[in-house]
Amino acid sequence: MACFLVSAAEAVVVTAVEKAEEKKEKKPEEIRPEGVAETRIPLSRKLKWLTWMLWGGAALLAFEHIWHGEVVPWFPFLTAMSDPADKAAMFHEMATVGVCMAGLITLVWVGMCLAADRIANRPEPEAEGGRS
Amino acid sequence: MTLLITVFAAVIATVKWYNREDDNMKLGILCFLYWGAAIMWLVDALFEYAELGMEYFRPAAADMLNDAFLGLSVVALGLVIWLVRLLITDPKGSVRRALKKD
Repeated sequence: MACFLVSAAEAVVVTAVEKAEEKKEKKPEEIRPEGVAETRIPLSRKLKWLTWMLWGGAALLAFEHIWHGEVVPWFPFLTAMSDPADKAAMFHEMATVGVCMAGLITLVWVGMCLAADRIANRPEPEAEGGRS
Repeated sequence: MTLLITVFAAVIATVKWYNREDDNMKLGILCFLYWGAAIMWLVDALFEYAELGMEYFRPAAADMLNDAFLGLSVVALGLVIWLVRLLITDPKGSVRRALKKD
């Protein structure tokens, strides 16, 4: 009904945090001495992954809701808003399915960040023809 | 069906990203777009399965066809979003070069 709105709301918050983090990270980079290798992936870059997943998922699911006639181009934009019973069902769906969607995307992102840090710190693979 | 088509699109985009020569095509964005949608549809499918049980795996042919049509439309929309962003950010400078040409 409107489950994608939860992910869209999270995406707005994460985008704001990512922009602030990006600004914060730019400052120490200017004074970083040359030759110091960066082994950690910046948080702003990781947050960008999350924003893309949340915005992408929300946009494509919004399209599905338009397809099914649950989102319309006129006020109040959600067909469920015109009937109190439908409205209650919509809020219930947002609180269950919507929250689970946003939660699972965030959980996958946390796993991705942990894996990415480990992969980034891994030594370079041997040249072709080396032992596998 | 929509979930299945989106997962296939996400896997293909990820494989293409892994084998990329450079980062000019910004394929990572396409991967995140499809994986985000696939995760969200997975949750939707799990809730539907909890409600319908085994009936979830026996959809009517008409519903399956409609879902497949929707899935393909979603893949197309994802590609359009990625392409528009690619042309606007223009990491390779192709659009700028084309516009500067006499």
